[in-house]
Amino acid sequence: MPFEWFVALRYLREGRAQTALILGGTTVGVAVLVFLTALISGLQRSLVAQTLSSQAHVLVKAPERVARPLPLEAGLAADRVQRTPDRIRSVEQWQQVLEAVERIPGVVAATPTAAGSAFASRGEASKPVAVRGVDDETFGKVIEIGSKIKAGRFRLDGTKVVIGTVLAEDLGVGVGDKLRLTTPEGRGDNFLVEGIFDLGNRDVNQRWVLVPLRSAQTMLDLPGGATTIEVRVADVFAADGIARQIERDHGLGADSWMKLNEQLLVALRSQSASSYMIQALVIVAVALGIASVLGVSVIQKSREIGILRATGTPTGRIQRIFLIEGALVGAAGSVFGGLLGTGFAIAFANLAKSPTGEPLFPVDLTARLYLAAFAIAIATGTLAAWFPAIRAARLDPAEVIRYG
Amino acid sequence: MADPQLVLELREVTRDFGEGEARSRVLRGVDVALRRGEFAALVGPSGSGKSTLLNIMGLLDRPTSGRVFVCGEDTAALGDEARTRYRGRTLGFVFQFHHLLPEFTALENVMLPMAADRGRLDGSMRECGEVLLDLVGLKPKLHARPSQLSGGQAQRVAIARALAMNPRVVLADEPTGNLDTQTSDDVFAMLRDVNRRQGVTFLVVTHDARLAQRCDRIIDLVDGRIVSDRPNPRPA
Repeated sequence: MPFEWFVALRYLREGRAQTALILGGTTVGVAVLVFLTALISGLQRSLVAQTLSSQAHVLVKAPERVARPLPLEAGLAADRVQRTPDRIRSVEQWQQVLEAVERIPGVVAATPTAAGSAFASRGEASKPVAVRGVDDETFGKVIEIGSKIKAGRFRLDGTKVVIGTVLAEDLGVGVGDKLRLTTPEGRGDNFLVEGIFDLGNRDVNQRWVLVPLRSAQTMLDLPGGATTIEVRVADVFAADGIARQIERDHGLGADSWMKLNEQLLVALRSQSASSYMIQALVIVAVALGIASVLGVSVIQKSREIGILRATGTPTGRIQRIFLIEGALVGAAGSVFGGLLGTGFAIAFANLAKSPTGEPLFPVDLTARLYLAAFAIAIATGTLAAWFPAIRAARLDPAEVIRYG
Repeated sequence: MADPQLVLELREVTRDFGEGEARSRVLRGVDVALRRGEFAALVGPSGSGKSTLLNIMGLLDRPTSGRVFVCGEDTAALGDEARTRYRGRTLGFVFQFHHLLPEFTALENVMLPMAADRGRLDGSMRECGEVLLDLVGLKPKLHARPSQLSGGQAQRVAIARALAMNPRVVLADEPTGNLDTQTSDDVFAMLRDVNRRQGVTFLVVTHDARLAQRCDRIIDLVDGRIVSDRPNPRPA
């Protein structure tokens, strides 16, 4: 066994109270780190997932029309340029755009949508709704809907529609019932309810009516057109970059979910920042604890260190003894702290559950989190041991042997 | 050319402590040489500079002026790390108190200087440690902790530790100063025995005139100067 490891392990084993103290401190520190990270990232993941349950990661649409005033005669100045009122427009040559978007690295799926406003009515009841003409084969790949069908099925062809639970309740319809959709322009048709979904968002459940793409194109007077291309990407936080790339490459408008939910992102970032701050303070506290206990240990062992130096132990080896002690405490603390933090996180997740049995406070316990906690704990232990180690190596053997 | 029989030599060594007006000269031009296999006593009143001299001989301290040769090599040119290694390989120390590391067994204490030098512990060191502890009569106490040993036994372990690296010179600073008369006699006899059997040079600092009389040579240091350096023709 290497000399430094032999001495460091023995010092840790024999210095029971001191070892327990720094190990306890490190364990609690790592537990806080693991628990807090698991909780924050779990909450954030759940919030993002909730937000994206009824939303594409990137929404590609026709570019905004910009009014171009005619050249003015000399002496005249335009007081203001009025914005062009925009009617529903199709993305030009959306089939080619769709193919190009699907080829972008990081894009998982893309689907065309023809969306507009209409009224859904049955008998006397009439509700304003958002008609979304979709291709049922590709839409499910962008927005997970299959598992969220509460009644019937997700199948769109002919005159079939799929509506949300709230709208179904408002209109008093169920699977197999008929309803009528009429646009503000007066175009309309009768449809058959094929399925009822619950996307976990009341507004969506109340407003969305999913109809076959072709039916929407006819109703919205968009023959063969698609108002948007909805895109799903592999890494949700890469959505903004992909949106910018689509804008740049195709001259189209593209909004990422991040842009559409800016407030949520600001909240997530603030939450992360405060969590990092707490974690940094915990790490500093752990480092100070290790440094002070090892510092005391160096003072207590100064005569022993003097003897080791007198008997030919180089300063580098003396230094490494204490650095190894710090690293070992960090490693052991990360194992115990990881277990403790995991226990806390699981207990917390089981504390409160939704009616469906889902935890209200979901936690994210990943291998990456444990690896990071392990690395941080070892680095903290080693760095904290640095000053005591330097101090030990600088002791004058003649002096400490004589005076202690 | 250096005399191969000389294992330790000090030439015109002085050592000052303090700065400015507080500066005091503890060693005032010491010339001394130890030959291979010698068993010498360094005597003198308290404050005469014995420990300072021993520290300089043991490369634990540097002289203010003068030269220190160990086995013919001028140590002035050696850096701190080189001095540490050189010290570990050529010199052994026995202190007034045993200064064994309490966390380690007697055997491990003896093995530590070897492990520190080679960077790791191995079986050959264990064998060597057992032989040395057998030499000092402590084979039954191989795995005893220092706290489980008597003062005399602990000092014997310290002597075995001093011999671990097969040193040319052992510097002993009042090695029996903390022991009762009988134990003190036993430990001293053991040092003598090691000196005779292994040919290791010993310089023993002692206040005990009776023990000094049992050495081959007596060096008397007073006020930082060697006032007498005489052979003892009939060591007791």
